[in-house]
Amino acid sequence: MLLKEFRELRRDRRTMAMIVFLPILLLVVFGYAANFEVDEVTTAVLGPQAEQAGTNAPEVFDVVETDQQGTQATAVDLLQRNTADVAVLTGTEPVQVFVDGSALFSAQAAVSAFNRLGDQVQVQILFNPDLTTSWVMVPGIVGLILMFVGTVVTSIGLVKERERGTLEQLAVMPIRPSTVILGKITPYFLLASLDMILVTVLGMLLFDVPFNGNVAAFALGAALFLFVVLGIGVFISTVSATVGQAIQTAFFFLLPQILLSGFIFPLDAIPWGVRWISYLLPLTYFTQISQGIMLRGAPIDSLWLPFMALSLMAAFVFVGAVLRFRRSLTPGTPRHHRHAKVAA
Amino acid sequence: MTYGTEHVSVRFGNVQALDQVTVSTDAGTVTAVVGGDGAGKSTLLRTVVGRIAPAGGRVLAPPEQQIGYQPSVGGTWADLTVAQNLEFVGGTYGLQGSRLARRSEELIERAGLTAARDRLARDLSGGMRTKLGFCLAMVHEPTLLVLDEPSTGVDPVSRVELWRLLSEVAAAGTAVLLSTTYLDEAERASRVVVLKDGRTLLSGSPDEVIASSPGVVVRTDTAIRQGFAWRHADGFREWWPQVPDGQQPVQVDLEDVAIIASLIQHRSIE
Repeated sequence: MLLKEFRELRRDRRTMAMIVFLPILLLVVFGYAANFEVDEVTTAVLGPQAEQAGTNAPEVFDVVETDQQGTQATAVDLLQRNTADVAVLTGTEPVQVFVDGSALFSAQAAVSAFNRLGDQVQVQILFNPDLTTSWVMVPGIVGLILMFVGTVVTSIGLVKERERGTLEQLAVMPIRPSTVILGKITPYFLLASLDMILVTVLGMLLFDVPFNGNVAAFALGAALFLFVVLGIGVFISTVSATVGQAIQTAFFFLLPQILLSGFIFPLDAIPWGVRWISYLLPLTYFTQISQGIMLRGAPIDSLWLPFMALSLMAAFVFVGAVLRFRRSLTPGTPRHHRHAKVAA
Repeated sequence: MTYGTEHVSVRFGNVQALDQVTVSTDAGTVTAVVGGDGAGKSTLLRTVVGRIAPAGGRVLAPPEQQIGYQPSVGGTWADLTVAQNLEFVGGTYGLQGSRLARRSEELIERAGLTAARDRLARDLSGGMRTKLGFCLAMVHEPTLLVLDEPSTGVDPVSRVELWRLLSEVAAAGTAVLLSTTYLDEAERASRVVVLKDGRTLLSGSPDEVIASSPGVVVRTDTAIRQGFAWRHADGFREWWPQVPDGQQPVQVDLEDVAIIASLIQHRSIE
């Protein structure tokens, strides 16, 4: 029995990959990345004494911008655009400090550092004044829901079709492969969109999460992200023969995104040796978009990088996966060639 | 109209799945492709319906709108009812409104699925699901009906019903090409093609195939000719090139003929 089990396991490459890959991933994530403490807080120093204050800033503050002409409006704008997590406005007594509450752990580190300075500074937390965890989590959970429906549910739906022989039947029916693909993917796109709206609205109603930004920009980000995760779902269906295999494969795509996208552990706290993986994951960019738009009301041009990254991923992953799926529907010669051979 | 293949060869990498296989079925007739697992039956049928591109030879098939196909793994949508399955497939083939409703009801009634018309396909018995698969393949009244092992795993009563349905559609002028692992079933077909390892072992009408079998077969309690004897009922059957002394040849059936051909081929390869 033991020997049989080992023989079977050896040939079950996906289970073997899970056995090998999972411990390594968990070790790496929890060893390096699972850290809620941010050591460096990106900071902008504004006002007449900006240069001097920037030089004398405590070590935790990583000064990324100094602007002697900067005002309170500049400070808010810099935080809104995520250029910095903290903006210090000099030239007033006490010094005014603005902290981005949507960057929860950076904000906590900054507030803790400023509290040690006593009355010398007046701290104002923007976008999440009470540093509520749920406010930061809900935009990320929206992405998680989209990813679950787009990747897991879609791949299961497509693999079921193959497992039950109906994909084979669809392939010989007079429907264009593009129609089959569109017909299979559209319901999941719509369902995931509905889920997204539901979770967003419930998050706003139950946890008072604000929606400060542009709804259309948020919808565009969600649509791009959905194309990426749907593409992953379609790709998984092309390399899986059974529902079990599809779920197993989806696991490999989901787990790194949950752990490394910055939605649980702040990206700033993840060392670069691991953080580069985060920048390959679509959920990282969607979380940046959803948190930026919902909490900070970030203008779309300040989110060009995540939008661009998702657009490229959507084009590459979705188109690639659909073309791959299309091949499984049309392995034969083109139909018009066959018709010419009808015997009289 | 004749459909099928002419000297078709199919390769999967280094594996020769079909080697110069010719099969044909005419309007109003049933052709059975017989063989064991891995013989090439499904590959042949999938080639005919256009799922596999042959490496050589000719495929004789009507346009896809005129092909009805039931894959070997059922091909019914488990989470749709019987009526919804027919509605979907019929709609895909361009049937609409009252025409689709009439055709669906007709097929449901003929297949004995009236009581199950609103039942989900996943809740049907194996036999009922097979009949539904047959109805789906027939909903658009194709000129060529291709069924991949429709009777495998189906109880004997359902098999009889399936053959009744098959006879009806063939009588109405449809050309039927089906695969089966059951030789007794193949005897009901107008034409039989026995495949082994992707090659044609026997071909013709059941009577022609039986008549073309070389030598004679005798019944014996103890097998003498090792390699040319096989168990049958309570004894053995044994193949001889000529009638052995003192023995009376027995009437052979399609199963005997297929076994003889296979044994002779096996010996000639050795």
